[in-house]
Amino acid sequence: MADAPNTPPRLPELPDAVVAPKSGRSLQLVWLIPLVAALVGGWLAVKAIVDKGPTVTISFHSAEGLEKGKTKLKYKDVEIGLVTDVALSPDTTRVIATAELVKDAEKYLVEDTRFWVVRPRISGGTVTGLGTLLSGSYIGVDIGKSSKGRHEFVGLEVPPVISTGAPGREFVLHAPNIGSLDVGSPVYFRRLQAGQVSGHTLDKGGRGVTLKVFINSPYDKFVNTNTRFWQASGIDLSLDANGVKITTESIVSILIGGLAFETPVESTDLPPAPADTQFKLFPSAQLALKNPEPDVMKLTMVFNESTRGLLVGAPIDWRGIVYGHVTAISPVTEKTKKTRQFNIKVEAEIYPQRMRPRDAGDAPVLSNDRRRALMNTMIERGLRAQLRTGSLLTGQLYVALDFFPDQPKIKTKPLVKGALANDELPEIPTIPSALLELQEIIGSIGRKIDKFPIEAVGADLQATLKSATRVMNQIDNELVQEARGTMIDLRAALVDARKAIDAADAALRPNSPLSQDARDAMREIARAAAAFRVLADYLERQPDALLWGKKGEPPVEKKEGSKSEEKK
Amino acid sequence: MNRPAAAAVTGASLGLLNCHVCGQLSRAAAGAHEAHVAHAARCPRCASALHLRKPDSISRTWALLVAAMILYVPANMLPMMKTSSLFGTQSDTIMSGVIYFWTSGSWYLALIIFFASIMVPMLKMLALVLLLVTVQKGSRWQREQRARLYRLVEFVGRWSMLDIYVVAVIVALVQLKALATIEPGPGAIAFGAVVVLTMFAAMTFDPRLIWDAREKNDG
Repeated sequence: MADAPNTPPRLPELPDAVVAPKSGRSLQLVWLIPLVAALVGGWLAVKAIVDKGPTVTISFHSAEGLEKGKTKLKYKDVEIGLVTDVALSPDTTRVIATAELVKDAEKYLVEDTRFWVVRPRISGGTVTGLGTLLSGSYIGVDIGKSSKGRHEFVGLEVPPVISTGAPGREFVLHAPNIGSLDVGSPVYFRRLQAGQVSGHTLDKGGRGVTLKVFINSPYDKFVNTNTRFWQASGIDLSLDANGVKITTESIVSILIGGLAFETPVESTDLPPAPADTQFKLFPSAQLALKNPEPDVMKLTMVFNESTRGLLVGAPIDWRGIVYGHVTAISPVTEKTKKTRQFNIKVEAEIYPQRMRPRDAGDAPVLSNDRRRALMNTMIERGLRAQLRTGSLLTGQLYVALDFFPDQPKIKTKPLVKGALANDELPEIPTIPSALLELQEIIGSIGRKIDKFPIEAVGADLQATLKSATRVMNQIDNELVQEARGTMIDLRAALVDARKAIDAADAALRPNSPLSQDARDAMREIARAAAAFRVLADYLERQPDALLWGKKGEPPVEKKEGSKSEEKK
Repeated sequence: MNRPAAAAVTGASLGLLNCHVCGQLSRAAAGAHEAHVAHAARCPRCASALHLRKPDSISRTWALLVAAMILYVPANMLPMMKTSSLFGTQSDTIMSGVIYFWTSGSWYLALIIFFASIMVPMLKMLALVLLLVTVQKGSRWQREQRARLYRLVEFVGRWSMLDIYVVAVIVALVQLKALATIEPGPGAIAFGAVVVLTMFAAMTFDPRLIWDAREKNDG
């Protein structure tokens, strides 16, 4: 190896390599590889540049759930962008998220496009965004319809309930208060969920609330100008003259509140209402669906008693059938010749149609004048209005119309043709309520008790008692002395009595002369009895001795005989 | 240690060709002295193609290397892996994976990925560029070191496929439909292409060219 270079060493004979013509490819195919790579790389680069969509900035209250490079923008759950930066606004009041959208997103960025952060949320009876618990929040996008472009947006804090493209119509409701409603509260139509509350604002001046409801298609076609909306929020517990009443729409609406609407049967043929039609929101279904009576007659009643418990809307009842309701209650003064009297004037509407029997059929409706005349006749026959307690539980009153033939007759004013056209309303005379009568009776008793001169009587009684005390004291003093004397006398008497008894005792001793005499006397009597027995025996044996006598002793026989006869 | 002789006797210098298939030595035809002749030699015994040096070694290596360098860009820019799970869809590039591991505390994993998947392919390409440039200039600078570098490049080449291997295994394993699915991203293809192309580039490079410089200069 140390030989001079290029000097072939001695080698065995080696064959020559076969020389083959070289294939005629002058261009080396291997250069296709970097060409392809360059093409692929270039294509990727171009694609990246071309695919780069527009950039938007969205400002939010807080960056909760927003992550740079991770948070996505989704429209209908399709990814249309990615948050590339989250930073504070210059005045640090808000958070500005910058997002890069997909290529064709330019047309989505219009004036009314809305952005909001989708987080797990429980509201309006619905749970949304549960998926974001695991995947993290994303920015929801609702693409607007405007044609004006825009690149800076203010994000919504609350997700919009209705997306722009949703089929249906929005209506405006006016209500005195919002009840338990909120954005997202359901709107029911025949207990089907037909829409949602999409927004609410306080009216200017704070006098009421304006609600926006979105009724989904196909339910929106059931809303026409005569449709009634009412609050189906929670439990409607009403205490009225009819007692306790609980009305609810559905369990869900009990929990979260809701609205319901319905169109009265007779107006279902009307054309659907245009969007943004204004409606009144009634507090209850009952009020909302109250049939507008075609035939209303107004009348007044003047009560000379408290109307506490009588509310506007209280029923006018005729023997259990409600014919109308109270529309106004106001005080009036009534001048009589001597005095002024303060009374309560109750205005009411009654629905004469309800007085028609069901089988009246097509009988013509009475004219107002005829009606008035009929009413006057009835008043003359004793028709009166009376306040009655509808429910003892609530103390609510209602106005009862009934006939009280015992009442003094009232002369009705003579009818003037077309009187109803005047402002003057027909008046139905009233009588005090049963309770009032009872009150009056109790009152008069009370007054009598009140008049009773309790104080004078008390004074008298006190004087009497004083003199009695005096008398008693007197009695006490005199009687004691008297009694003492009496007691002394009594004791002396008792001593005397004892002496007498002792004397008697002495006299009755066995050896006392008295007992001696008595014994002798008894002995004499015994002897006499023996003699008499002898006589009796003798007479038994010889009864004729009575007639003829003992020999030599006839007068005695006669004496004995009278005696025996006496015994018989 | 004996430094190799400045002028070594090589097959090329003697005009001898060695058949890679049957081992037959043969004499190159006259004029075929140079490596870049327009005539192809064939083995007189088995008719395999014979060459003094790998044909078109430098230009082929350049071509492959350029392709690899071009693809290196999308390989690092495009997502390697697309993970769809309950938690959403996530695309990861190599670098985002490295950053993820680094920030989540597994810095050793981050380093491994960084070296195996970013540094190694890049250094490999730089090494090849260096070899090619020096060979083309016929430089005699640090020939032994360069030969060692070449061996290192050739050896290390296959290990860069680690990433592709991991992606392939994970994609095959994690197919739980709704729960989690992992799909290879376009970056994986580019990255695989980079690795393969650099391996080919290393293969087509003829290390003998490093040593030819002297001979040429002297010749």
